[in-house]
Amino acid sequence: MEHPDIIIPVVPASGGCSASACGASARQMGGLPEAVRRKVEEHPCYSEQAHHYFARMHAAVAPACNIQCNYCNRKYDCANESRPGVVSEVLTPEQAVQRTLAVGAAIPQMSVLGIAGPGDPLANRERTFATFRLLAEKAPDIKLCVSTNGLALPECVDELSQHAIEHVTITINCVDPDIGAKIYPWIFWQHRRVRGRAAAEILIAQQQKGLEMLVARGILVKVNSVLIPGVNDGHLEEVSRIVKAKGAFLHNVMPLIAAPEHGTFYGLTGQRGPTAAELKAVQDACAGDMTMMRHCRQCRADAVGLLGEDRGAEFTLEKVAAMEIDHEAALARRLAFREQVRAELEAKRTQAATQVIALHRPPRKPLGRPVLMAVATKGNGIINEHFGYAREFLVYEASEAGVRLIGHRKTEKYCGGSETCGDGESRIDRIVRTLEGCEAVLCARIGIEPWSRLEAAGIRPDTEHAMEAIEAAVAAVWRAMLEKGELADAATERQRA
Amino acid sequence: MALRIVDTCVNCCACEPLCPSRAIRAAKPHFLIDASACGECLGDYADPQCASICPIEGAIVNALNEPLNPLGSLTHLPPELWAAMRPASGTP
Ligand code: SF4
Ligand code: SF4
Repeated sequence: MEHPDIIIPVVPASGGCSASACGASARQMGGLPEAVRRKVEEHPCYSEQAHHYFARMHAAVAPACNIQCNYCNRKYDCANESRPGVVSEVLTPEQAVQRTLAVGAAIPQMSVLGIAGPGDPLANRERTFATFRLLAEKAPDIKLCVSTNGLALPECVDELSQHAIEHVTITINCVDPDIGAKIYPWIFWQHRRVRGRAAAEILIAQQQKGLEMLVARGILVKVNSVLIPGVNDGHLEEVSRIVKAKGAFLHNVMPLIAAPEHGTFYGLTGQRGPTAAELKAVQDACAGDMTMMRHCRQCRADAVGLLGEDRGAEFTLEKVAAMEIDHEAALARRLAFREQVRAELEAKRTQAATQVIALHRPPRKPLGRPVLMAVATKGNGIINEHFGYAREFLVYEASEAGVRLIGHRKTEKYCGGSETCGDGESRIDRIVRTLEGCEAVLCARIGIEPWSRLEAAGIRPDTEHAMEAIEAAVAAVWRAMLEKGELADAATERQRA
Repeated sequence: MALRIVDTCVNCCACEPLCPSRAIRAAKPHFLIDASACGECLGDYADPQCASICPIEGAIVNALNEPLNPLGSLTHLPPELWAAMRPASGTP
């Protein structure tokens, strides 16, 4: 197929994330049992650290679905885990495994194979489990994960544990069937199509039961929720509380992506997605503790990797079929790479622990408010991307406590490559809107036109820190703002008056 | 008496494993029902299985060419939006 669908991480030889970001991760993971921490450590979807070091890959082997979501159009991919408007090439289990092994031989970072669509993996259980079985024969080190709507989960838990699958993601958008009825028009259940509230009631019960069964078997569970303004925005906090109480390890809130051209119910009926600020507010409300990860990028069902460099063209089915692969050597390379990373992370954890102590010293300077900044990067933890080429921005929060990565904002249009999208909004308008809430953009270079548009929108472009390490640069910009007196918060103002 | 899959089928393959008569097979450009094998699930299930899971309105029709899932019945979109929901190009 034409469109590139494999995204390979750009991985640092050493020191991909500087100590401050990893400090945040250390806080996130500090309270977890050792066994869970180890599982998470290598999972690029779960761990902020792993995210910088490991690649994952999704294989589109599961076309069928057993429910309908109002944000999904089955003519395209599932919107849960993938971008609307992009059609996956459905692979047979054999093709999927061949491709995974090819990627795993070329890229030692390759550590996770996920099955997430375009339909529901557990509505295609034969194909999904066949893929896992075949892969385990040649590459037993590659971890497996599944993303599901949860309807068929309880009856699959036993088989999932047999395949030694450590990670399952359940998309849970509600725990209240009245809200569910606004999200799911129907489900296929026990040989019938069930609609409305009754459908939502069954789906919710199955999701919760599946979650409990997985936790009881020691399988890590992440919960994804799609934030749908006016439908479940006020409800996700409760979802978060319940799924965490039941033992979900992460709760990840993702924005609804809806536009008429996707042909979805929400898209066509004008249901909007959340603004960046609304999303952050719900994520904050759901955070409560440290276990919420913000770096989910709504990656496509057939994508691979983390910080994106696109090498999909190297792994087309034809090329993969022609490759001669020494599976044992590939396995050895992957294991060696992981050993190296483990040692690095261990060293960083020690460093981070020292830092936390330093942070707890009473601040000598007046308090400054936290500031969000966007960063254009190609990877390696460096500000090395041109503003105009950035397909996504990493958003960092700088404050007294340090610098932490809080999320990604994509700039790409979901409907294709033209400069303007259906609504006549230009690319720069869209980017400015995407960057809502950020006060600065750090990039390697930027054109004059976007420079002035950003300034007009109150976002300060900054190229002074080009090619510097992200966290250090963000911290420096924040300190400069603080010194210029731009960060006095309301409380400090009052004290001064 | 048999159902038929028409060209709005998106080849999601959801119907195929559910058929009690094994009457459905993958084909190009879309899945097909073997009319001589399909008994509309009579005697096996209350509802024809293929039409109970198919996500595409209009993709499965009966002998009178009537869709088992008419427009609007699965998505609940109002009639004025039906045109927008169909594929941008290609099949009617
Ligand atoms: S109606 Fe029943 S028997 Fe006929 S094709 Fe569909 S599932 Fe098979
Ligand atoms: S369920 Fe419907 S869309 Fe899917 S393959 Fe069968 S007929 Fe085609």
